[in-house]
Amino acid sequence: MAKKVKFDIPEFRPYPTVPVLKPGVMKGNGPFKAKPDMQEALGFPGELIDDWHDVAIDKMGELLKKYRSLRVFLDSCMKCGACTDKCHYMIGTNDPKNMPVARQDLFRQVYRRHFTLSGKLFPKLVGAKDLTKDVLDDWYNYFHQCSQCRRCSVFCPIGIDTAEISMAAREILDTVGLGQKYCNEIIPKIYKIGNNLGLPKPALANTLEGLEEDMKDETGIDIKMPLDVEGADILLITPSADFFAEPHIDGLIGYAKVFHQAGASWTISSYASEAANFGMFIGSYENMRKVALRIREAAIKLKVKRIIFGECGHAWRVGYSFLNTLVGPFEFLDTRYPIPQHICEYTYDLIQKGVIKLDKSANDHRRLTFHDSCNVARATRMGDKPGGQFEIPREIIKACCNHYYDMEPDTIKDQTYCCGGGGGLLTDDLMELRVKGALPRMEALKQVVDDHGVTHMAAICAICKTQFAKVLPYYGFEMDAIISVHQLVGDAIVLTTDVKTPG
Amino acid sequence: MEFWTAFYAISFYVATLIFLVFGGHKVYQYAVTPAPLKIPTTPAPVTTSGVVVRLLLEVTIFKSLFRSNKWIWLFALIFHLALWIVLIRHLRYFIDPVWAIVALAQPFGKYGSFAMLFGLFALLARRMFVARICYISTPSDYLMLFLLLAIGISGTLISFVTHTDIIQFKAFMLSVLNFNFFNWQTIPTDTMLLVHLTAVILLMIVFPFSKLLHVPGVFFSPTRNQVDNPREKRHVAPWAVKEFETSPASTTSE
Repeated sequence: MAKKVKFDIPEFRPYPTVPVLKPGVMKGNGPFKAKPDMQEALGFPGELIDDWHDVAIDKMGELLKKYRSLRVFLDSCMKCGACTDKCHYMIGTNDPKNMPVARQDLFRQVYRRHFTLSGKLFPKLVGAKDLTKDVLDDWYNYFHQCSQCRRCSVFCPIGIDTAEISMAAREILDTVGLGQKYCNEIIPKIYKIGNNLGLPKPALANTLEGLEEDMKDETGIDIKMPLDVEGADILLITPSADFFAEPHIDGLIGYAKVFHQAGASWTISSYASEAANFGMFIGSYENMRKVALRIREAAIKLKVKRIIFGECGHAWRVGYSFLNTLVGPFEFLDTRYPIPQHICEYTYDLIQKGVIKLDKSANDHRRLTFHDSCNVARATRMGDKPGGQFEIPREIIKACCNHYYDMEPDTIKDQTYCCGGGGGLLTDDLMELRVKGALPRMEALKQVVDDHGVTHMAAICAICKTQFAKVLPYYGFEMDAIISVHQLVGDAIVLTTDVKTPG
Repeated sequence: MEFWTAFYAISFYVATLIFLVFGGHKVYQYAVTPAPLKIPTTPAPVTTSGVVVRLLLEVTIFKSLFRSNKWIWLFALIFHLALWIVLIRHLRYFIDPVWAIVALAQPFGKYGSFAMLFGLFALLARRMFVARICYISTPSDYLMLFLLLAIGISGTLISFVTHTDIIQFKAFMLSVLNFNFFNWQTIPTDTMLLVHLTAVILLMIVFPFSKLLHVPGVFFSPTRNQVDNPREKRHVAPWAVKEFETSPASTTSE
């Protein structure tokens, strides 16, 4: 049930309504700022530098030369208003600066002032503004109210993607010394230890052994969770939340059972024990590349033939869309398989081939729906055909259970709503934003709960799982109503002991 | 040489030059700025021909806008389609002999101006009365609509009410296009015609410095024009290669 909170939890809207603007309701200081040592670990100034204005404008100029997206998107918006009611944070907060176009305009007004003739000559006319401290503060606040989910880009007639603008803004903010604590304290942990949680190898080994014992108790079968096994065929790169958080961990158990039943030789790497890549959230190509490079290095060191990604939304974006760009080519891997491959692609393929058998009745106590994670839905693909990222997880779920119901069509697939915690916003100091941003997803969930008795929502993203576990209770749902897709697989899979183990 | 004839002839040259040079510069800028990462909004086409189809659907029937908001889509489509027909019809004043397609567009083009005006007024009304769109509008957004309305209204009035010596105007226009410097045919000086021409010249000048850049922009939008094949084909920007892949340190993270 609803907890005691300092803010109003949005009420479900009985029918679609036109959002009423409440200017300034989400104005504030933004999330906690990163401490100087963490900033410096990423190569950014520790705190706001004295000549921040000039440095910021120079950085903007540099980014305009590096990113066509930025250049085209800043010039091309005709203020048609198509995006104004599409953002989940706008819907949940009604703050007009959470309209995608208004969020972009915080950036665009400065671009116009410094990089366009019309903005230099007639600033008032074209809405150009100098980069004052107030504007900079607005950047910090409102560009940390964007989860980079790309829903606006689906609806924009020009394809303007606010995520590109918010990434650029965050990179400029970092460059002048204004970093966000949550993201910028996590990334150095990867460089130091190998994962976002700062889980060192002995602790990781211990956790995996514990899970092996749990699975032995549950199934009576020796199912392995190998760590740093040189010469394994498959390197599993999964979000570190899978090692300890609920419901993530049951997903990890699901992957292990699938690998076991397929007789696959696989391993986790302690060096690259993280699929998540927060370098993307802060818009830093350099940091994103540095995080991704560990995956390449681990693959070389462990002499694997394939790389498979676990359930994680933006990690799959970096994996599918960027990995080859950032740290490719992967000529040393087995090119008969996609590089990298998603665990859902892998499992689906095994189901198709009849290699793994699933007992649907094992999930008869659950009635399911599926939450398309934003980055998987709108920034990646699975399988050979466009839209495979929607079909493959659904086909897996349907193969695992007897009761599956989709949510409203305009809230799923490429129109899916972000969980409310993506893009580096999954931090307790943004709890109000996270709860409010979850509103449209919660409404859609409520409808299938009421209409079809849905009990669980499955997802394939570590952030979605953590976010929903936290916000579901605010809206009157059970916190364990969110589960991993591979938990369903793990529960339904028919395990045998006489699996052909690779030599 | 009569003053107005020279004034409009020279303005026309200057406006065309500004339009081509600065507009061309923008297109060049878009073309040479790299898109370092694959960011098509998915599901996206997996082939180049698929991308061509995707872009065609965007620029002909405004597919994304249709999914987004039926009213904006309707008004925008009416305006843009009508504008095309009107523009094609107007070619008759710039070419001799007149092409068949232009002759064909004549009856539709004449009344197309009403559709264009309807679209513009509807878009203006949305901008003024829908709170969200009002919030995001700057004075230039209104001025752009007013400029287009000025063109549409004056043009419609010339066609249906005040009229002008259109034969003489065409003679003027052809002499301008033939670069008969200071030997231009005399321009008719009906007020509505001059208002019409002034607004058109202003629009051409404003084009490369305004949101009208959405016209070339949409073709360069990486979320719409990229092929979804990052696993199959490595895509990397020259600056990224230079920064990260040419130094000896590039193979390790340390």
